[in-house]
Amino acid sequence: MKVAVVKYNAGNIRSVVNALHRIGVEPVLTDDPAVLRSAERVVFPGQGEASTTMAHLRQYGLDEVIRSLSCPVLGICIGQQLLCEHSEEGDTACLGVFPGLRVQRFRVAAGQRLKVPHIGWNTLDDVSSPLFDGVPAGSFVYFVHSYYVPDGAHAIACTTYGGTTYASAIRRGNFYATQFHPEKSGPVGERILSNFIHLCHD
Amino acid sequence: MLAKRIIPCLDVKDGRTVKGTNFVNLREAGDPVELGRAYSLQGADELVFLDITASHEGRKTFTDMVARVARELSIPFTVGGGINELADVARMLDAGADKVSVNSAALRNPRLVGDIASHFGSQVCVVAIDARCADGNWECYLNGGRVPTGRGLFDWAHEVADRGAGEILFTSMNHDGVKQGFANDALARLSDELPIPVIASGGAGAMQHFADAFTIGRADAALAASVFHFGEIAIPELKQYLRAQGICVRI
Repeated sequence: MKVAVVKYNAGNIRSVVNALHRIGVEPVLTDDPAVLRSAERVVFPGQGEASTTMAHLRQYGLDEVIRSLSCPVLGICIGQQLLCEHSEEGDTACLGVFPGLRVQRFRVAAGQRLKVPHIGWNTLDDVSSPLFDGVPAGSFVYFVHSYYVPDGAHAIACTTYGGTTYASAIRRGNFYATQFHPEKSGPVGERILSNFIHLCHD
Repeated sequence: MLAKRIIPCLDVKDGRTVKGTNFVNLREAGDPVELGRAYSLQGADELVFLDITASHEGRKTFTDMVARVARELSIPFTVGGGINELADVARMLDAGADKVSVNSAALRNPRLVGDIASHFGSQVCVVAIDARCADGNWECYLNGGRVPTGRGLFDWAHEVADRGAGEILFTSMNHDGVKQGFANDALARLSDELPIPVIASGGAGAMQHFADAFTIGRADAALAASVFHFGEIAIPELKQYLRAQGICVRI
């Protein structure tokens, strides 16, 4: 199977390539629109800041390419946030693959002890997607983020941090996305990546 | 619910782990990647690899090791030791490290913290602080605890948080190696005052000490070396113990 990983100016992309290798997949790391369009699975990973990563995608025409993909796509972390309509980070207009989803920053109420970024292992709840086959609710996955997608439309898993329950995974059609890092989430994460690779797709 | 993290720390010299281990069934006990894998299988939440090499050649070996860890392990890891400038950070991240820890270099050049955060993101930047308490005052030390700086622990911790550090790794030199528990009072103050996670280090000798670091010290994570390396505490039993005390851990 042809699996492509989107190459752009975000960090942590090699971790995804490494994780795919561990589950027996040989991905191609590319920013070539033709290669991305012909792939059977596309992973859109990364860590970074919304406005600079989004500007880079536009500059290289990758925004249009990603929007137009018809194979299963998996956004991870900033990849998930960029698939939404808007991010509060840098007041950034994003790809809009998930219409109406607006990425917000964790807010610390007066007197509340809440560490931002949300770093560490937290649980997945209300899991409902083939992406989570064999991954029971309550499974721990690894998060590093200061911004989140509110719970609601398109959510296929949620997670609670500091009293906020948000969408830790979303899906719309062929687009899947996770706020957590499956590539850094031990055997659970590798199962999720493997599920993504083996999704039935017409 | 966010789990409290258990983090084994591995000292690496010329590509080999320095402290002995009681692990059985390791093909090569001195191989940091094999040891890291064993800890990962046991349920370690993260790993720290500390380069204590002095030579240029050893640094190269360490970078190669970081790349192997990144290829083979599926949990996050931090690398520290010898991180003096942005180019060192870039080299470690290119090799596949998730985070870098800076210690003396940050004290000598505090702007380094902000530079790392703005170039690579705060999540990459762990600031390690070695401090000693005398007459009720906590003072930061340089060079592995050999050189006093006159800089107060809490003052410095606030400064690095303001400059963009993603986490603080606080080692109490009074408690390190003594195995009588972590510096819970100082930890609690750091944890209450800082907007970023605090990792406790120095003093682990028994499972209760980890529970205390999380409940009394309110730490977000606890790091230890010898109790794990010498098999005095096994991570699966530690996590069961913590869970039984009502502390959220990943099992």
